[in-house]
Amino acid sequence: MSKILVIAEHLNGKLNSSTARAVSAAAAIKPDAIDVLVLADNADAIAADAAKIDGVSRVLTIARAENAHPLAAVLAPQIAKASAGYSHVFAPSTTFGKDVLPRVAALLGVAQVSDVMSVEGSHTFKRPIYAGNAIITVEADAGSTVVATIRTASWAAAATGANNAPVETLSVDVTLPTHTRFVELQSGKSDRPDLQSASKVVSGGRGVGSKENFEIIYKFADKIGAAVGASRAAVDAGYVPSDLQVGQTGKIIAPELYMAIGISGAIQHLTGIKDAGTIVAINKDGEAPIFEIADIGLVGDLFKILPELEQALG
Amino acid sequence: MKILVGYKRVVDYNVRIQVKPDGTGVVTDGVKLSANPFDDIALEEALRLREKGVAEEVVVVGIGPADLTAHLRNGLAMGANRAIHVVTTDAVQPLTAARVFQKLIEKEQPGLVILGKQAIDDDANQTGQMLAALWDRPQATFASKVEIADGKVTVTREVDAGLEVIEAELPAVITTDLRLNEPRFIKLPDIMKAKSKPIDSIEFGSLGVEANDHLKTTHYAAPAKRSKGVMVKDAAELVAALKQKGLL
Ligand SMILES: Cc1cc2nc3c(=O)[nH]c(=O)nc-3n(C[C@H](O)[C@H](O)[C@H](O)COP(=O)(O)OP(=O)(O)OC[C@H]3O[C@@H](n4cnc5c(N)ncnc54)[C@H](O)[C@@H]3O)c2cc1C
Ligand SMILES: Cc1cc2nc3c(=O)[nH]c(=O)nc-3n(C[C@H](O)[C@H](O)[C@H](O)COP(=O)(O)OP(=O)(O)OC[C@H]3O[C@@H](n4cnc5c(N)ncnc54)[C@H](O)[C@@H]3O)c2cc1C
Repeated sequence: MSKILVIAEHLNGKLNSSTARAVSAAAAIKPDAIDVLVLADNADAIAADAAKIDGVSRVLTIARAENAHPLAAVLAPQIAKASAGYSHVFAPSTTFGKDVLPRVAALLGVAQVSDVMSVEGSHTFKRPIYAGNAIITVEADAGSTVVATIRTASWAAAATGANNAPVETLSVDVTLPTHTRFVELQSGKSDRPDLQSASKVVSGGRGVGSKENFEIIYKFADKIGAAVGASRAAVDAGYVPSDLQVGQTGKIIAPELYMAIGISGAIQHLTGIKDAGTIVAINKDGEAPIFEIADIGLVGDLFKILPELEQALG
Repeated sequence: MKILVGYKRVVDYNVRIQVKPDGTGVVTDGVKLSANPFDDIALEEALRLREKGVAEEVVVVGIGPADLTAHLRNGLAMGANRAIHVVTTDAVQPLTAARVFQKLIEKEQPGLVILGKQAIDDDANQTGQMLAALWDRPQATFASKVEIADGKVTVTREVDAGLEVIEAELPAVITTDLRLNEPRFIKLPDIMKAKSKPIDSIEFGSLGVEANDHLKTTHYAAPAKRSKGVMVKDAAELVAALKQKGLL
């Protein structure tokens, strides 16, 4: 008998699509129930979104002023309390889930399975190690709560719309620490599609050469309606902000189309795009390792090719 | 203030990992081992805090087999005052590593613990968060900027939505992201000097830590390979190929 608690991720009063991906992983266990837990200052709109996700049995909300921002030290004791009676606790393996869930696991005194790629049984999972260069099968102890983060790139989001799960408020009796305070979130507001969930992504690397030159990447991405990503080298050189980094230590993404432009294809970068549908590489060096994994490769100067592409698109 | 730094040895990030044909593990015999890159960054940050006068002592901690001492010497050569070596030949899962750090904290009473956000072998990304929970202290993961003043630390964190700034009371646990700093290189005279710096060896068994082996790895496999693609000769061909796949 499995009962799974999925921790909802949200920002600015909106549910993040990573939550529906974690629900997909939960559904793969064929549990008796999947409940989604929303911790927020004002949970109503988020809970209403979560209630629409297929497969969700109930949405539980803990609405407190302290939950306005996702501080792990504040959320973890509430989640640990709320997890009583559940066989599994899942969260997406985004920076939100990675931050809070190990803290929950430690409070429960159990191990955590990080980055679940596939479910082989209620307690058996596959996950990547060594930047995805090996995939291990891990078995969690049958007698303990399974705490796991879900590698979002491996799971399609569960469909929404048909469901109308009941929403219930939950009160947990825990004193919350005051030793950690949120100050601010600096986010590069953009009208472009979100890198993590976009179906098309255009990424630039060190080959783009400068912050000014990166305009050519943005322009092309806008032309085809794609999100913009980057290699670590491009981020380190200050061409783009850090939240655009794709790879082992950046975002792991699975768009239908990924275009790597002026990116050499270091193993740490490739880790982030292994599950992309079609990978296109544009690089002036025909020997660049990116061509070993690209579905379509084009050798040439990006500053010449991108305008040509735009023209060919009309 | 004293700073404890996690200093884990891992397979060097340049090594192309091979899975053993029988699926029992990855080939580690004879491959180059180095400090976890995130731990070099953790140590560098601790050294800078000492150089600024915020901290007096920097202690590197390694958990692992007897030959880990050579690796810990590198941490000493980089500038740590001393090292603690918790000796075990067993695999150490993150919860166990966190419990070990918790024991060392009881003894050392550090004002700050800095770990890597993840070790690049198991990529677990757990130990710091678990330690903060067991210690019941603040955590600031994925740090790209750290400022300490008035018993508080202000940390800029690299999160999916951008850069988040949080403020925490000390003592606290910080885990490092790549852009926090660029670690210094070790110079030859430093290696000589490091020889006389102390390394405390502590048997894992003597700490009274419950080893957590809740997770059993039953099989290792190589990742699915992507099939070899095609080369196109110009922009027009590329657009045609993408249109054919329905991607444009
Ligand atoms: C612990 C660790 C974690 C890491 N994590 C990540 C990560 O998450 N993500 C990541 O991306 N990297 C990561 N890295 C860094 C990684 O190893 C590489 O250094 C980085 O990906 C290189 O970026 P790049 O391909 O843009 O730059 P380079 O390797 O310098 O490649 C630039 C490419 O641009 C091409 N080029 C130059 N000019 C042109 C032109 N005019 N037209 C066309 N092509 C051109 C060149 O031929 C070259 O192939 C990590 C490294 C470490 C050690
Ligand atoms: C088959 C197998 C064999 C293994 N063999 C060994 C072995 O021989 N020796 C061994 O020590 N481990 C061994 N391990 C354990 C493994 O390498 C990790 O130490 C453990 O799983 C922690 O995961 P992580 O380092 O990815 O944690 P993360 O949470 O990703 O680590 C984050 C940070 O915690 C700190 N930290 C974690 N572990 C240590 C440590 N050991 N020393 C110092 N700081 C640390 C570091 O600052 C690190 O950057 C083995 C694991 C498996 C599955």
